[in-house]
Amino acid sequence: MLLTVVIFLPLLAAAVLLAAPRIPGRVAIGVWVAASAVDLALVGWMWLRFEPGQGASGVVDGLAYEAHLQWIPTVNAGYHVGVDGLSLPLLALTGVLFLACAVYSLREPDRPHTYAALFLFLQTACMGTFASLDLILFFVFFDLSIVGMYFVIAGWGHGNARRSALKFFLYTFIGSLALLVGFIGLFLGSEERTFDMVALAANPPLADSPVAGGLVLLAIFLGLAVKTPLFPFHTWLPDAHTDAPAAGSAILAGILLKLGTYGFVRIAMPILPEAWQRWAMVAVVVGVISVLWGAFVALAQTDVKRMIAYTSVNHMGYVLLGLGAAGLVASADEGARTVATVGAMYQMVSHGLLTGALFLLSGVLWSRGHSYAFDRWGGLARPAPVFAACFAVAAFGSLGLPGFSGFIAEFQVFTGALQAAPLATVVAVVGILVTAGLFLLALQRLFTGDPVVPSEADPDELAEGPGPERADGTTATAVRPRTATRMQDLRSREAAAVVPLLVLAVILGLVPRVLLDVLEPAAMAVVELVGR
Amino acid sequence: MSAVLGALVLLPALSGAALLVAGRGADRVAGPLAVAVAAAGVVVAALVAGTRPLLSVPFLGIVEGGDLRLVVDGLSAVLVVLVAGIALLVTVFAVVDLPADAARGRFFGYLLLFVAAMLATVTAATLPTLLLAWEVMGATSYALIGYHWDEPGKPAAGTRAFVTTRAGDLGLYVAAGAALAATGSLVLTDLESADGGWADVAAAGVLVAALGKSAQLPFSAWLSAAMQGPSPVSALLHSATMVAAGGYLLIRMQPLLASTGWAATAAAWAGALTAMVLGAVAVAQTDLKQLLAASTAAQIGFVVLAAGVGATAGGTAQLVAHAAVKAGLFVAAGAWLTALGTKNLTDLRGAARRYRGIGAAATVAALALAGVPPLSLWATKDKVLAGVDGTALHVVGLAAAAVSAVYAGRILAVVLARPAGDEEEPGTRRVPALTTVVAGVLAVFAAGLGVLALPAVAERLEAVLDVEGEPSPGLGELLLSGALALVALGLTVAVVRARPAVMEQLSRSPLASWAGLGRLLSPRPAMALARALATVDDRVIDRAVVGVAVGARRLAGMASRADDGVLDGAVSGVAAATRRTAAGSARIDTGVVDGAVRGMARAFRHAGGAARRPQTGLLHQYYAQAVVGLGLLLVLLLVVR
Repeated sequence: MLLTVVIFLPLLAAAVLLAAPRIPGRVAIGVWVAASAVDLALVGWMWLRFEPGQGASGVVDGLAYEAHLQWIPTVNAGYHVGVDGLSLPLLALTGVLFLACAVYSLREPDRPHTYAALFLFLQTACMGTFASLDLILFFVFFDLSIVGMYFVIAGWGHGNARRSALKFFLYTFIGSLALLVGFIGLFLGSEERTFDMVALAANPPLADSPVAGGLVLLAIFLGLAVKTPLFPFHTWLPDAHTDAPAAGSAILAGILLKLGTYGFVRIAMPILPEAWQRWAMVAVVVGVISVLWGAFVALAQTDVKRMIAYTSVNHMGYVLLGLGAAGLVASADEGARTVATVGAMYQMVSHGLLTGALFLLSGVLWSRGHSYAFDRWGGLARPAPVFAACFAVAAFGSLGLPGFSGFIAEFQVFTGALQAAPLATVVAVVGILVTAGLFLLALQRLFTGDPVVPSEADPDELAEGPGPERADGTTATAVRPRTATRMQDLRSREAAAVVPLLVLAVILGLVPRVLLDVLEPAAMAVVELVGR
Repeated sequence: MSAVLGALVLLPALSGAALLVAGRGADRVAGPLAVAVAAAGVVVAALVAGTRPLLSVPFLGIVEGGDLRLVVDGLSAVLVVLVAGIALLVTVFAVVDLPADAARGRFFGYLLLFVAAMLATVTAATLPTLLLAWEVMGATSYALIGYHWDEPGKPAAGTRAFVTTRAGDLGLYVAAGAALAATGSLVLTDLESADGGWADVAAAGVLVAALGKSAQLPFSAWLSAAMQGPSPVSALLHSATMVAAGGYLLIRMQPLLASTGWAATAAAWAGALTAMVLGAVAVAQTDLKQLLAASTAAQIGFVVLAAGVGATAGGTAQLVAHAAVKAGLFVAAGAWLTALGTKNLTDLRGAARRYRGIGAAATVAALALAGVPPLSLWATKDKVLAGVDGTALHVVGLAAAAVSAVYAGRILAVVLARPAGDEEEPGTRRVPALTTVVAGVLAVFAAGLGVLALPAVAERLEAVLDVEGEPSPGLGELLLSGALALVALGLTVAVVRARPAVMEQLSRSPLASWAGLGRLLSPRPAMALARALATVDDRVIDRAVVGVAVGARRLAGMASRADDGVLDGAVSGVAAATRRTAAGSARIDTGVVDGAVRGMARAFRHAGGAARRPQTGLLHQYYAQAVVGLGLLLVLLLVVR
């Protein structure tokens, strides 16, 4: 019951917002913040009462806050939700990131009702996907998230928003259809003809038909690979990010990409263990290519947001490397494989926090100068020291510096995967060097040298009433020179959204037990299930 | 006592972080606070060196050695005291050397974090701990080197230092994986028992990481860029921390290197060649700080050589002695830079005579650097070389020792010359007393550690390090190397005085630009690769996807046309045909069937009409008809018969 409330509370708030279009925009956003905050508090409460381990670690048994209702009895699909060590961290991440986005959007001027309602709808879709224990339910929530994000990008994006939104929608939607085909394959292959993930994981279908199992895994792999995204299915990502609003980008990178990687751990690995073992090397290779491809292509970008988008491809590649290594049962012992799995799962949370922060920060650039191009900005550390400090911290976190959550993730992925896939891991390690170079280069371009700010006027500033320049008859844009040196530092709402994310990344980097105590038993369970 | 060990790292780490968070608001208290913390650090270091505690904090799980574990053994004890001591002296120097309006909160914040990371590095007992401290040290060095971020080129220098050392750090990630694969544990000492292929992988990883951090060949050039940092940063980075960390790690992992065989030899040669080549580079420099930087790599080369040949005591002694010598020289160079506004060797003519206190300290340190007996580096270098077995390696080592006398001589010849009158450089023309004190203390150690040449003292050190019985240099070797150093030093001074042209020629040689080593670290190939891949990403992959979409649309258009033309046509055709068929059958219906019926009816009507005709009612006509009928019957009868 509690879990159902957590999932649908945002949707309820969205309905209230849409039902009452008269309330002022600021109040609408207030409702959004309040709903997200309450939802996060409920997840926090769930976390406090969650007891990991105890012999039953999740995935197939020991699920907490379970709810199971019949829905489509003819195919044995139901409303089955529950929480274990795999989903709880991601539910918490969803709560945190949506709240951060709500705070960041406190002054959203453009159709705030619909904007807030859309994000609340998205939050329900994401929470629902992570909590689902039924394939059909998972699929429904998974697709609803795509729909919600489409409207966010198309309606509130900039640049070529409609085209990017359509590209995002079509690409990921077609991916989800492959996923559906895979799910139907699982249903048909299962002995008891069910869509229930717990039942399927307990009694894996298609165990003795390698071809059918392989094909079903292929369909699921393709569907999730588009969403994650993995090389070569990643090209929707930079366009969608570049044109999405900052909060939309943060959610897209922070949460929606995790739906893909989460699908691997929750569905592909426990339900198709035999096929996963057989094809694990493919996952490793795709992961390593994504790592290097994402890193090098990010290095060549001339646009901050595209660069961050490509680093997501790089970071998600580590996840696949870890999960693939977990499937190489023959070449590594269980300890190493578990370490790799824990690292991969840690990476999901870590990437959500750090990339979420980076995208929100790049939104600050857009709000000040309507440009993400490196060559339109420079020397920002002087006019905007807080912004520079936050960006630098997020960049160092994202390049995997110890002391931040990313290190805990990447160290474990590399350490655990080396035994299973030595060559691939040694090649993948180069990825952290390239990301180090690209982030330091970005810091150098944006923050050092002579101050350069694009000449467009600050839309927020214009909205706050006529400035002194305009009082004497000239327009703000006209008097400002091409390379202005003024730049408004982080506003308090922006800082209030970003700083907690960074603090969390540091806490998870220095006191990782907070998260590992929940994750490790579940990772052990997954590794054990894959090893069957 | 483990709380004390925690304090050793956490005290500077937390106060550093606090200073950073406070920002410019903490500028006024930053200096005194940093000195206080560093002083407390010395006390705590002495305490842990005496009590040898152990501290373990839960960190990663699943496997043994995932915890954050700090252990103080003999080697760590020496290093902890060394690091804390040098950190205190350099902090004091920084307080007087930094300009009054500098962002001190940021400077001392990073400085304290950096020191904390180094202290954690030398006490780390598990791979996660080591890597954490190791990389945080690299990142804080980035921040310190790029401290003057608003001056062109300085952030780039920090970037180069961080990226280069991180390239080496990748080795530690791989080594951690190999350790787990080989022993199922991440404890550093367990790694010694690794064998087989994984031991080779681990040793290679450790070697690369150490060579990168210690600026050994082929990674040396980042040190040149690192000279962009403020003088106190150079004094710290180049003495007891950062570059020292690589040497320390190799000494610590010596059993692993030895167990593989090749790794120890590789380390020995890397160290010896670095000592030789970077020594030559140092000779050709015209900038005092660049000269000192190259000489740092060269002197740490002896530590690496020691780790390679298993001369643990010699390597440790060299590390300690070099730290004192180099910190002293950098403090002097920094003081001159502040006072005279230059670090160019030709402009520093007579600097030591102008400021006598610091000049004396610098002279002692430079003599020690030259390897002049009875000063420290003379003793420690010979202790290292005593452990060297191969003749070739020994000769290279001796030659490198002679080269160090040459570059030290180059400094001495300039700074001890008669001043050439006040130049036009901007400077304070003043060396603060505290700076002189700091340099003096360092000079005392630079000279005093020469006692390590005494067998009794050397044995005491070996006992502390728990490595009794390592070879010590004989009297002959000590005399030989001492004489070599003196001769090389004397010749250099003579040449610099009498033939300045030789030096000028040297400074135009490739050696002056670090022998092209910087090119090895050039980001250009990576950038070119990145751009090429980005082009492929845009032009091939994305276009393929868009192509598929466009193709799908085109296909849909074709289908739509087919739909309109063929399918719909077929359907309409069928309809039309049906209509035509229906019309046809209607026509057939009306024309043929109905016609036939009507024709029949007509025929019957005609027949009926015809049948009515004979019935006229006239009797004679009936007779005639009967006659005709009978006649016909008759004819029929006749015919039939």
